[in-house]
Amino acid sequence: MSLLHLAIIAPFIIAVFVPLIYKHIKSVHTGWFILPLPILLFAYFSSYISKTANKQVTMESFSWISSLGIDFTVKVDGLGLLFALLITGIGSLVILYSIYYLSKQREKLNTFYVYLLLFMGAMLGVVLSDNLIVLYAFWELTSFSSFLLIGYWYNREKSRYGAQKSMIITVLGGLAMLGGIILLYNMTGTFSITEIVAQADTIINHPLFVAALLCILLGAFTKSAQFPFHIWLPDAMEAPTPVSAYLHSATMVKAGIYLVARMSPVFAEHTLWMGLIIAFGLFTLFWGSFSAVKQTDLKSILAFSTVSQLGLIMSLLGVGAAALHFDHPEYFMVATTAAIFHLMNHATFKGSLFMVVGIVDHETGTRDIRKLGGLMNLMPITFTIAIIGTFAMAGLPPFNGFLSKEMFFTGMINALHMDFDWSIIIPVIAWIASVFTFIYSMILVFKTFTGKYQPEKLEKKPHEAPIGMLISPIILASLVIVIGIFPNIVKPILVPAIETIMPMYEFDVHISMWHGFNTELFMTIGVIVVGVLMYLGLNKWRGIYGIFPEKLALNRFYDGLLDSMHKGSYSLNRNVMSGSINHYLSYMFIFMVVLIIGSLFGQNAFTFSTDNLAPIEFYEVILTLIVAVSSIALLFVKSRIVSILLTGTIGYMVSLLFIVFRAPDLALTQLVIETISVSLFLLCFYHLPKKLTDDPMPVKVRNAVISVGVGLFVILVGLTAHSTKLFDSISQYYIENTYSEAAGKNMVNVILVDFRGFDTMFEIAVLGIAALAIFGLIKLRRNGGKKIENK
Amino acid sequence: MEILMIFIAGILFMSATYLMLSRSVVRIILGTTVLSHGVHLLLLTMGGLKRGAPPLVGEEASAYTDPLPQALILTAIVIAFGVTALFLVLGYRSYKELGTDNMEKLRGNDGND
Amino acid sequence: MKTSNVILQSMTKVLLFLIMIFSIYIFFAGHYTPGGGFVGGLLTSGAILLLLLAYDLQTVRNILPVNFLYMVAVGLVFAIGTGVGSLIFDKPFLTHAFGDIHVPILGELHLHTATLFDLGVYLVVVGVTMSIIQTIGGDDE
Repeated sequence: MSLLHLAIIAPFIIAVFVPLIYKHIKSVHTGWFILPLPILLFAYFSSYISKTANKQVTMESFSWISSLGIDFTVKVDGLGLLFALLITGIGSLVILYSIYYLSKQREKLNTFYVYLLLFMGAMLGVVLSDNLIVLYAFWELTSFSSFLLIGYWYNREKSRYGAQKSMIITVLGGLAMLGGIILLYNMTGTFSITEIVAQADTIINHPLFVAALLCILLGAFTKSAQFPFHIWLPDAMEAPTPVSAYLHSATMVKAGIYLVARMSPVFAEHTLWMGLIIAFGLFTLFWGSFSAVKQTDLKSILAFSTVSQLGLIMSLLGVGAAALHFDHPEYFMVATTAAIFHLMNHATFKGSLFMVVGIVDHETGTRDIRKLGGLMNLMPITFTIAIIGTFAMAGLPPFNGFLSKEMFFTGMINALHMDFDWSIIIPVIAWIASVFTFIYSMILVFKTFTGKYQPEKLEKKPHEAPIGMLISPIILASLVIVIGIFPNIVKPILVPAIETIMPMYEFDVHISMWHGFNTELFMTIGVIVVGVLMYLGLNKWRGIYGIFPEKLALNRFYDGLLDSMHKGSYSLNRNVMSGSINHYLSYMFIFMVVLIIGSLFGQNAFTFSTDNLAPIEFYEVILTLIVAVSSIALLFVKSRIVSILLTGTIGYMVSLLFIVFRAPDLALTQLVIETISVSLFLLCFYHLPKKLTDDPMPVKVRNAVISVGVGLFVILVGLTAHSTKLFDSISQYYIENTYSEAAGKNMVNVILVDFRGFDTMFEIAVLGIAALAIFGLIKLRRNGGKKIENK
Repeated sequence: MEILMIFIAGILFMSATYLMLSRSVVRIILGTTVLSHGVHLLLLTMGGLKRGAPPLVGEEASAYTDPLPQALILTAIVIAFGVTALFLVLGYRSYKELGTDNMEKLRGNDGND
Repeated sequence: MKTSNVILQSMTKVLLFLIMIFSIYIFFAGHYTPGGGFVGGLLTSGAILLLLLAYDLQTVRNILPVNFLYMVAVGLVFAIGTGVGSLIFDKPFLTHAFGDIHVPILGELHLHTATLFDLGVYLVVVGVTMSIIQTIGGDDE
């Protein structure tokens, strides 16, 4: 356990204390107590910047389930550090923002911060763990905390819907990813990413390789909201805005990108990997930007915009992989630099935009662009931040978005030089998507802040947000400008991250604003010209959104699927879960008998030998006969007292058999237990009906068939098991060591209290629970009993 | 002897299954008791019967009977007792509360799912 | 069910103590000869059950004013405590210790922490059995 482990676990530890703080300190907003943690963590991780810049990788291991190859290994390299800084940095700003966004009087702050801390820890775990199983566990934990945060206002129908949707889709992908991880383990024999990467060359021709690739990609695509799995992200916007800014734009949705980047060294050589990533990435890029234009809700615009930008980063990684495949390391460098750089920039400008939208929502009570307008004069600071954010998003100079957009164009144009078919399509789609990106960026800022002010449609009278709420977006917006003008200050973070993805290449990154009049610049100018024209003529071409029939919408499909699954399981449930214990037991018995007898003969495993049998004595035959006769007689008896006595007879005979079989302890116990049970039965049955209810004849016949089957099955299995000894008994150890190790002579007792004392301890615990349950059943009804009678 | 015991265990399993499938609560409880007897005997038989002296150190014997199944069964006997007692009380309580020992009448109706 | 049963009651007075003593013997003997916590506990509860059958619930309650559920708890504490005890000496959970101690008058005593564990088992078994019987029997009214 090192300081690094502690850094990951710290959010969980603090989370435990949040409810206490919330309960006892009402006067101060709980967020203030949380805020120091991400700041500290940010400072802590910053100390690694110089290390990773010198290509120093820090690894700390904590042994967890070593026998299965699962160790909590933390690895800080460039990529992990970049994400860790994003998580803690944006996390600090978001928590600061949330302090002003969430009212301490009205909202349940304890749950909010517990979920948020849960997410922070889990996300740190995802990006810093080197063990895939640990990564998977944290990965699912992020899905889970996202579910809780989306459903934070759980009394809203739409929140619950969005939460469920995100959970279903991301966990589905997560499970596929687990499958991929296990396939990778099968191929390489390790869960460690470092070791898998080292073996990358040897596994590429393995038959399971493609399956593992697809599974891992499915996990990444669902998490990073790639088409067609993007549908959960717009619905996730029901979460409080700080959450949307944090999880659903800056960090969690980038986990998929992280995974793709992280696994690139393993998979990048395969054509399927680059093909799928480019195809899905590009289509998502286009579809997200195209859909964003038709949205009227500010957060929906941002959601689709996030989808689109995630597609952009994804497609860049794909082009990078393609460059490697076609052996153009210099193109790989450009594309990957663009991807990582844009990932950072996206976090800054999208974070600030989400916060701006949150402010607008908070101050006006609506996020509908049809109701908003003319807020420029009322909220000048917010407007300025919004302008910076949207211009960066649209790719305009001098903001950081411009730089990464230019690099994105370069990366996409480079694809033309690689020899695969249809490569022209890549820059074309990239350009079209950029036009749409430009349009929705303009919609976002100008429909909200300029135009006609409509106070009558707003719920509140808007005014500028409190300063506390503005600090975080201002910091982010200033980062947008600073990185835009001095992009090389982020190099110490950026370069190690790119180096991590493909460590074998040496390169130098230099980002600059002005490259001369090249294709990229003309593409940007084209985007601006066409974008402005299309924005102005928005009403004339908006009709194309009506062309798509609503029935084809993915959401329809999702809802339909969910609904039919719900109905299907309901009807299955109704048919199978009849509420009759007879049915349940029949299913179990029939299944057991068919399965085991079937496999016994199917595998031709039935054996029968008469070797090594103990001799039969005359009195033993009598004992067994009594057992057999009384157990069969038990079936036909109708009187309760006789059936109790017959059961008692069986019990006593069994204890006699125990004596015959040299088991004195068992005989003693069985004898006493039988006595107590019989008296217990008598005590209870005094109150039960004298005659036992009987089944109708057909049911009896069916039951008889099943039970004969079970009897037969036991006999067959018993004979086979007795005739085949696969390995020796482990008892010899106990027999030899009873006296020397445990100083006892009664082996059975020594096993119970010493060698296997753990079992006994839990057994008596179970007994205690049974006693408590019985006590509860009998004693605790006096208050509740009346309710049942009233019904 | 082992084969005889396996058959006895089979018969016990059969009667137990039949009893558990019936609709009378009392029979079901008795069925679980009989089932546990069957399990114990089968378990003991699987460990081998009469292979030596009782598992007590100090018996001047060259071989001992396998103590491990015995320890397992001892645990099982006591647990079976606890379970039987719990079932008994459940049956007893439901009979007092609902006035029937017929399991088919104790099914929840459709509105209750 | 108020029936006077003189023979049973007289027999019980004698047998009760015999069974009790036997059960305690069997509990301690368990480490060397057949017996132990389970059987000992069951025998003890059998003895109390006999008392209960011969007399009635109230008599048993007067003679043994014990809440048997507490007995279960105490037993569990013994069993788990023995386990935890070994942790203090940096041994794995539930490691037992034993040794011979010379006590002036009694002579050599063989002591074993497994007995403490078994005592826990004994108490739990008695507690469980008796609380089951008492709750069922007490539900007559």
